[in-house]
Amino acid sequence: MSTITAEARLTAARTASHALRAVRRRRYLETAGTLLLSFVLIVWTIVPIYNMVMISLEPEGDVFTDHIWPRVWSIESFWGVLTQGHWYLEHFWHQFANSMYMGAMVTILTLAIGTLTSFSIGRMRIRYGWLVSNVALLTYVIPASFLAIPFYRIMQNYGLANNLWSVIAALVAFATPYAFFVFQEYGRSIPIEVDESARIDGATPVQIYLRIYLPLMAPALVAVGTYAMLLAWNEYLYQFLLLSSKSSMTVPVALAQFLSSDQSPWNYMMATAIIYAAPPVIIYYAFRRKMTAGLTVGGVKG
Amino acid sequence: MSSAQQALAGPDVSHRLRRAPWRRALHGSELAWGVAFLVPYAAVFLAFVVYPVAYGLWMARDPSLYGDLLADPRYARTVVNTALYVGLGVNVMMFLAFVLSGFFMRRRWWIKALLPVFILPWALPAIPAFVSFHWMLIGEEGLINSLLALFGVQGPLWFHDRGLALGSNVVASIWKWLPFWTLTFLAGRTAIPQEIYEAADVDGASGFRRFAHVILPLLGNLYLVCTLLSTLWTVGDFTTVSLVSEGAPAYSTDVLATLGFHYSFDAAQPSLGVAAVLSALPVLIPITILLMRALHTRQVQL
Repeated sequence: MSTITAEARLTAARTASHALRAVRRRRYLETAGTLLLSFVLIVWTIVPIYNMVMISLEPEGDVFTDHIWPRVWSIESFWGVLTQGHWYLEHFWHQFANSMYMGAMVTILTLAIGTLTSFSIGRMRIRYGWLVSNVALLTYVIPASFLAIPFYRIMQNYGLANNLWSVIAALVAFATPYAFFVFQEYGRSIPIEVDESARIDGATPVQIYLRIYLPLMAPALVAVGTYAMLLAWNEYLYQFLLLSSKSSMTVPVALAQFLSSDQSPWNYMMATAIIYAAPPVIIYYAFRRKMTAGLTVGGVKG
Repeated sequence: MSSAQQALAGPDVSHRLRRAPWRRALHGSELAWGVAFLVPYAAVFLAFVVYPVAYGLWMARDPSLYGDLLADPRYARTVVNTALYVGLGVNVMMFLAFVLSGFFMRRRWWIKALLPVFILPWALPAIPAFVSFHWMLIGEEGLINSLLALFGVQGPLWFHDRGLALGSNVVASIWKWLPFWTLTFLAGRTAIPQEIYEAADVDGASGFRRFAHVILPLLGNLYLVCTLLSTLWTVGDFTTVSLVSEGAPAYSTDVLATLGFHYSFDAAQPSLGVAAVLSALPVLIPITILLMRALHTRQVQL
């Protein structure tokens, strides 16, 4: 009797230690696998960015040489951009201001038009309002780039050729349907009774919109605002087509000018590109936490 | 993660059922305000969506344009390129994004630390990123070939071969947009309540069975929505091809968006350019209809 229990205990202990070892081995393998994948992802993400930085830090003319590390480090190109020290970059700050203005206007207008429309459709429940948001989705049937040519003609008809507002109008038109979608999804998490009670207390729609709707929608505003700004900053074709005069040019158009020649100072181009890339990266990382803070309400509830 | 992605991802059905409009019908000044709130968007939609689309359709109204397109060998090759670019790019990207979203669900500190780095390509503006890809691959001195040379491999001339150039465009577009879709799927995965995993665990479903019977039914529709949306966006992609391969070698990697641009501006045949891009409508319209249906289906109800 006692021998049997001892034996049983022994085998039990042995299988347990086997199982433990197997678990441990599997955990090591898993750790090694995730570390390897993390490493691959870092290399994949960083290589193109490293390439930008490397070219920008090389003295002019060193670009077409076989190396993976700049032979001479030089911040000459960054200094050149900031002081407009190269004839390609004579108007850099003006172009940068144009880009900022465009990004800001696209963001503000998308938020303003998006919230007004979503308030009328989603909160006031105006009759036939649902039709508006469905029709708006049709904007995405034809991709923006496919409409570039008609848009170019139309802007001449409107007298908006070489005007920043032509690009702003196009981008707002393409950003708003997405904004409606997000605002209406997010608005569902705010009880309609809030509006109701304000209405009974005699608040006008404008007061409800300004004092109740907008503050409660803040997280969605941050998310859509970032989206609209990144859209404006990523856009290339419309700016390239519609803005060619010296006064209306934005940074992407200036970058395209570098590309039109084989003899361009590439280190200056990359330095310009890096400086242009800085604002959205900073804004994105600054607002990342706020965006995630607003998430849990919107969609996570099942 | 934006609340937009959360909105895409979240199984948000419950609110819709118990929501009621403002109880008393709108009347008088309230109705006037409700309509007034819609006016800005209606104006934008008519002036910058309806008018350009109508103008584009009018420009491309002549049936003989389509005969010209079919007669041009460049057009046929471009259609093949676009199909390859979209079909390969979108599907590989969605699959990778789905797998990576599972990877980022793991609770290891280095995986958490990796996420903000991994998002960088999305926050970075498209133009500098794609210009960097172009320089990384060009000639024998690009960074990639220099890196390959370290391992004694003679890298190819990437933009001298149609297949390699097309592949470069696909890789660059995946690099730029993979973080966005990974975050969207990640939002979808976090929206699945932990209890469901636990229940599956108790029932003995793990590994492949958990994936097939728990994750797939819950996220299948999200995967479909994202794939369709990404297809629409990729069909209209102009920036990637025009900056990475620049259509090289000899315009053999052009996609519809860049071909339309060449017809309109290099060949001064804007109507032909518009006809070329609008010839994608028979494919785009069914995709949009599918997308609208998928958006209404939502997730499996929990």
